[in-house]
Amino acid sequence: MSNNTIQTRIRANPKFAEMVGKRTRLAILLSFVVLVPYYTFMLLTSLKPGLFTATISDTSVITIGWPIAALIVVGGWLTTGIYVSRANGEFDSLNEEILKEARK
Amino acid sequence: MKHSLTALIAGSLLAASWAVFAGPGAIEGVEKQPVNISAIAMFLVFVFATLGITKWAAGKTKSTADFYTAGGGITGFQNGLAIAGDYMSAATLLGLTSMVYFKGFDGFIYAVCFFIGWPIILFLMAERLRNLGKFTFADIASYRLDQNRIRTFAAIGSLTVVCFYLIVQMVGAGQLIQLLFGLDYNTAVTVVGILMMVYVTFGGMTATTWVQIIKACLLLGGGISLMLLTLSQFGWSFENLFSKAIESHKMGDKLMAPGSLMADPISAFSLSLGLLFGTAGLPHIMMRFFTVPNAKEARKSVFYATGFIGLFFLVTMVLGAAAISIVGTNPAFFEGGQVGGKLIGGGNMPVMHLTKAVGGDIFLGFLSAVAFATILAVVSGLALAGASAISHDLYARVIKKGTASSAQEMKVTRIASVGLGIAAILLGIAFKDQNVLFLVALAFGVASSVNFPVLILSMYWKGLTTRGALWGGIAGLISSVGLVILSPTVWVKILGNPAAIFPYDHPAIVSMTLAFFVTWLASVTDKSARADKEKEAYEEQYIRAQTGLGAASASAH
Repeated sequence: MSNNTIQTRIRANPKFAEMVGKRTRLAILLSFVVLVPYYTFMLLTSLKPGLFTATISDTSVITIGWPIAALIVVGGWLTTGIYVSRANGEFDSLNEEILKEARK
Repeated sequence: MKHSLTALIAGSLLAASWAVFAGPGAIEGVEKQPVNISAIAMFLVFVFATLGITKWAAGKTKSTADFYTAGGGITGFQNGLAIAGDYMSAATLLGLTSMVYFKGFDGFIYAVCFFIGWPIILFLMAERLRNLGKFTFADIASYRLDQNRIRTFAAIGSLTVVCFYLIVQMVGAGQLIQLLFGLDYNTAVTVVGILMMVYVTFGGMTATTWVQIIKACLLLGGGISLMLLTLSQFGWSFENLFSKAIESHKMGDKLMAPGSLMADPISAFSLSLGLLFGTAGLPHIMMRFFTVPNAKEARKSVFYATGFIGLFFLVTMVLGAAAISIVGTNPAFFEGGQVGGKLIGGGNMPVMHLTKAVGGDIFLGFLSAVAFATILAVVSGLALAGASAISHDLYARVIKKGTASSAQEMKVTRIASVGLGIAAILLGIAFKDQNVLFLVALAFGVASSVNFPVLILSMYWKGLTTRGALWGGIAGLISSVGLVILSPTVWVKILGNPAAIFPYDHPAIVSMTLAFFVTWLASVTDKSARADKEKEAYEEQYIRAQTGLGAASASAH
């Protein structure tokens, strides 16, 4: 069996479109989840630095910027966790089915 | 080979021990410190352990696949630690803490910019890199394009970035070791270069990976212990830590809000683009994706790497903020005992002084040894990436057209790593006392404007042709190097002109945009028969990228 027919079969399998579509949408969605807060944060620190002089409570000296920046880092890591768990679980099982069906 | 390995080890240890005795009497640099025996002793322990690993790895390194990618047998967790190791350089530890020490919250913004590329690398690149690549990033760039021209160009892009980065690391190594260990600059650079050659030449990717893993654990462990020791001095209260910092710092409560770093939004944006996409175009980082068996493990490795890097950055923020009150008010850490004057050893030293203040001489010795180990690990990764561009891309594929035997290719690789090691030592010595900041801008500029566009477009855009990739790459190379030369760092500070022609230190905002535009324009106007074939070949590449069908698999062990 030549490689070309395997590829034609994969392309024809609706599961392939399903897997690629789901995975691409998740990657785009999570990229936005990371980049929108990040660039909003960068823009605000640059254009409205005054916003970041507010403290987290009346008695505290810690400004809101510190927990927000820490949250961007921790949140960025959590999004990688979401992507890996879905891609390595759900999408990879679909992928295995696709490859198995194409090799039949 | 065994003999030469022993000889090299003996040589480098000799150089190190010679330096211990020669240290105090050698030519004194302005900032050279007394010889630090406990630091050198701990570093020697690290060197012996890693040389033992190199010997073990040398026994396992039989084929080119073993050499370039450790046979693809590294797990996601190990690779995650090694990637984090590649990214957490000595400059990160010293630079980020000192930035928080001097600028407060601005240091945190900078750290976030350095971090944010990682999730994006996972979403856009990790699985495709693993599915399409074998040994180098040029494998992917030239997957369906002209082997000779694109592979040669990608290899040159890799080597350019590797060389710039290597000089930065070598100069940093010389200065740092002179400071922490009291060794002579040239000796320090030579020791680093020789050890790097030994690791890479004999142990290949297996040894480099393990050196990287050990160093990442030491650095994380050391940093976290230091943070806990420090926090205990503030009664485990961030509130306490920050109010003391505000009391002690001349900026007062301005410390807690954004300051000068973000004053020019376009400059900040160009910096963030360069860091974000430059990271994704660093050859030694991309190469790490080929060391794992499949896309699953490649994804896991980014997950672990992102976690470790994020954790490390948060730890450095706490250390920098704590140093403000602990180091900043202690006359023992200032030249002439003048609080608020010049820090002993220079502006990069707050975290080292903090270590001495809360952990004593032994902890300082430990952290100094870790900093040395860190430099070694990073230069080894760089040398390996450079050597594989020479032997795999230029020699085996372009010159020999794939007819070279595995043994021949291995020989060229080893010669290349020794050559790179010698070049690194000579360049490190040549650039002594130079301002190398512009080389960082150059490395990230070329990585984001030459390597990244061709890589991402070859994976995502069917319409990319050889002509487009070549013209776009050349446009990116000329504009990134040219704009760095016209930037404030080079044009004003080094060449002494009154005003910079290009106002920003990081060129990515212009050079990366230009590279993408030229690549697009030269591709869509390419009506040749080859261009049509290249577009047709995208289908096969796309299916392999998505499913891993036909991807290079782990070699049997």
